Amino acid sequence: MSEQGHIDPTEQELLSFRVGEQEYSVDIMSVREIRGWTRATPLPHSAAHVRGVINLRGTVLPIIDLARQLGIPVAEPTERNVIIVVHVHDQTLGLLVDAVSDILSIPQGDMQPPPDMAEDASHGFIKALTIIEGRMLRILDLDAVQPGHETEAA
Amino acid sequence: MRAPDPMAEIRASFFVECEELLESLQDGLTAMEGGASDSETINVCFRAVHSIKGGAGAFGLDDLVRFAHRYETVMDEMRAGRLSADAEAMRLFFRAADVLFDLVRAARDGTSLDEADIEATLSELEGLTGGSPKPEGEAEAVEFTPMTLSLDLPGLDISPDEAAAAPGWDISFKPERELFVTGNEPRHLLAALSEVGPLETRCDTSAVPPLWDLDPEENYLSWSMRLAADVDRERVAEIFDFVDGVCRLDISRCSSDVAGATACADRLSPDPTSARPDPEPEPATVPIAEPSAPTPVAAAGQTSPAPASPPEEPAKPKQTVRVDLDRIDRMVNLVGELVINQAMLTQSVAEMGIPANSPVSHGLEEFMQLTRDIQDSVMMIRAQPVKSLFQRMARIVREASASVDKRVRLVTDGEATEVDKTVIERLSDPLTHMVRNAVDHGLESRDKRVAAGKPDEGVVRLSAAHRSGRVIIEVSDDGAGINRPKVKQIAEEKGLIASGLQLSDSEIDNLLFLPGFSTASKVSDLSGRGVGMDVVRSSIQSLGGRIAISSEPGRGTTLQISLPLTLAVLDGMVVRVAGETIVVPLGSIVETLTLAGSEIRHLGPRTSVIHIRDSFVPLLDLGAELGYRTPLGQYDSSVVLLIAKEDGSRSALIVDEIQEQRQVVIKGLQESYGHVPGIAAATILGDGQVALILDPVDLMARASGATRAAADLTIIPGREPSAEESLHAG
Amino acid sequence: MALQVLAVDDSRTIRDMLQLTLSGAGFDAHFGEDGVHGLEVLEQTSPDVIITDLNMPRMDGFGFIEAVREQPRHRTTPILFLTTESAPELKARARSAGATGWIVKPFDPDKLIRALHMVAGNGDAR
Repeated sequence: MSEQGHIDPTEQELLSFRVGEQEYSVDIMSVREIRGWTRATPLPHSAAHVRGVINLRGTVLPIIDLARQLGIPVAEPTERNVIIVVHVHDQTLGLLVDAVSDILSIPQGDMQPPPDMAEDASHGFIKALTIIEGRMLRILDLDAVQPGHETEAA
Repeated sequence: MRAPDPMAEIRASFFVECEELLESLQDGLTAMEGGASDSETINVCFRAVHSIKGGAGAFGLDDLVRFAHRYETVMDEMRAGRLSADAEAMRLFFRAADVLFDLVRAARDGTSLDEADIEATLSELEGLTGGSPKPEGEAEAVEFTPMTLSLDLPGLDISPDEAAAAPGWDISFKPERELFVTGNEPRHLLAALSEVGPLETRCDTSAVPPLWDLDPEENYLSWSMRLAADVDRERVAEIFDFVDGVCRLDISRCSSDVAGATACADRLSPDPTSARPDPEPEPATVPIAEPSAPTPVAAAGQTSPAPASPPEEPAKPKQTVRVDLDRIDRMVNLVGELVINQAMLTQSVAEMGIPANSPVSHGLEEFMQLTRDIQDSVMMIRAQPVKSLFQRMARIVREASASVDKRVRLVTDGEATEVDKTVIERLSDPLTHMVRNAVDHGLESRDKRVAAGKPDEGVVRLSAAHRSGRVIIEVSDDGAGINRPKVKQIAEEKGLIASGLQLSDSEIDNLLFLPGFSTASKVSDLSGRGVGMDVVRSSIQSLGGRIAISSEPGRGTTLQISLPLTLAVLDGMVVRVAGETIVVPLGSIVETLTLAGSEIRHLGPRTSVIHIRDSFVPLLDLGAELGYRTPLGQYDSSVVLLIAKEDGSRSALIVDEIQEQRQVVIKGLQESYGHVPGIAAATILGDGQVALILDPVDLMARASGATRAAADLTIIPGREPSAEESLHAG
Repeated sequence: MALQVLAVDDSRTIRDMLQLTLSGAGFDAHFGEDGVHGLEVLEQTSPDVIITDLNMPRMDGFGFIEAVREQPRHRTTPILFLTTESAPELKARARSAGATGWIVKPFDPDKLIRALHMVAGNGDAR
């Protein structure tokens, strides 16, 4: 990825993906792999956005339904959906999204903190915003989507 | 693989060895306390401390060395019979063992300790030997200046002016018979000397008798040497250190000026043909051996004390190999994969419709058996006796009882019970807390005990046993039991339960596990360290374990922990519920049955029981309990698993279908996700899907809460039972 | 051929350190875990030099040296005593038991090697 050499050190590489009609991204350094959707085993009494767990080569991987968590209306996942496997703070988890779009290099300076939108369901999950080719790209705060980060009140 | 630093590895293994040594020290002390006064028991203790000292010295762990040395010195006194192992001495020995343990840990982890405590114990140890005349730090410090060979060569006086003299040494060396007896070899010494610098050697053979008079055991040779090296005397003397006293040796500075050198040579390097210049009478001083005696060693044998081996030979130490835990864990994982793989293969074979008596099926059966054997063997590698854990608890009892001024005897049982290493490690904290609780609050004060007609000394019992595929660990005390009215009152005051509820004894006891109970107004020095029984319970649960409490007024309280033997595999029953596959631990299932409508009694809209063999058992719809569906309501001819808790209470779980019994590999959910109510862990089935492993007891506990809620017996939602120290009658 | 060393010590740490030092200096090292085990290992090896600890289970260093010296082929095999004590009387005891020399624990690797060469020569390696 960044071996190409003349990458601005202040640039961050992002993997962008689609959730419903919105475009999100995560730091590519936290992405482990991308795989197709398979049915998850539901966890009892879990929050709605916790889809359950799947078998990732012998380990049990929790799947977060980003659309549900971010309050974006989408259809039930199909085989066309993908799971982005990310690694945050020694935890590995899968993010269920609609499709992966692109890998982008964004200078740090082009990223802006999100405005305070307390009533928006995505509030608290967005680390920064940037504009790319006229579209708004949201940079996801992976810390916030980690299971266990939310309350255990499920 | 990383390139290991050998010293770092040895250091790490030193600390592992220390743990073992500390364990045998504890064993030895316990045996001594129990009356064992044989020398071997004391020796074992002595050697343990001694070995810790030896290793610690190698790594420059001075605090450890100093303490171990003092401790060892006192033990040596006892070993020599100059000190008796009375109660006072034993108490101190135990405390010193604790300090030693702390010092080892501190050295290992690079932490610091309370100096005052160490010093106090040190001076107590000193006091035991009647105030050793050795001033602290002097004699010992010299002995332990690292890396010294002893260099005292009596009779070799160095005149001050010699030190300033020019380079070069003249050495005259005449071995005595004893030198050879001890295995020394002049040739090697001369070779070593020649490595220091250019060496001129002359061998004086003048004393060699005619062949027929020659005693083959005797030495007739002497050497004169000049070493042309500018080294200090010590460097030269060091080479002759081992032969000091068994040779005639003279080392003198040789002046570098020609005249001096010549003089030197004249004086010390006799011409081989000339008469011996040595003024001392020679062979006469050498003892003459019997001509035929082949073993001059006999002489050595007389003077040597012969402590040799004890009369009854202890078993030869078992051969062991030390293996990095990571490697074992990797193997455990691989075996886990093997089990899954084998399950997938079995499933494929079954789907192909291959008959059961075909060679393929037979082969597969054998494969399954082998897999299981391998798995058991791998798990055995990780298993360790709980003894080390119990020994740590002995210390907790000692410390806790001293600080609350109670006399407490710890009785342990089942120390050899083996449990997975990780389980043992993670049990340490909760068990510590439970034991502290027992001493601090479970047992009454001495006055109260006496007033109640009990012995002044309280008993805390710690036991471990394997029972139906699980490990049961119990901590019990013979104290006053739980003060139930007080517990209930506090729970009400804290708003943890609604007031005026009718609760059974067991329900009240379980209030002790409620979070929030522990932040009691009176935080005890010992038990209250911000840890309550709720924390104890959750740490036990994270190990797939359960904790139960029982108490009898005036007789005491028992806390029982039940744990899986291993954290890696489980015998389970695979069932289907609401379209999901669930694994129920086989150990918890008493029996399976199909319901007839007549057995079902409805107690309320959501509460049903079944009538089995004269008892009523609550009926739980597993699909509904897990939140997968709303209760079916109609359970006629449903399949039911009868589940038993450790305390004997039972529940009936309704499932849709029983698929098979099989072994599953446990995959933790705790690390990847967190705790899931009613679920112990997950596993991967033959079809590659994740299936959840049920924690039936947790499920039953939650369900019973729901049942109570339905019956207007409200426990505040989201709360769970937990315990508190000051709630014991005290 | 490298010099063969038999080292007998009940402390694994000390054995590990000896192993590191000895193999680093080109010796072939064999180990015994106590006096009795040391004698067993001795049966299967022919060391050029022996190192032994004093305090050991089953058979201590004195007993071990004595037993070694009773074997005709080891009457003059050099034996180094490895001990934390350096009191003169201990030396006297060591010598009377038949030890060739002694090394104070913790040992300086260089000095240990020098001492080994002092009592056993340099082997054919040099």
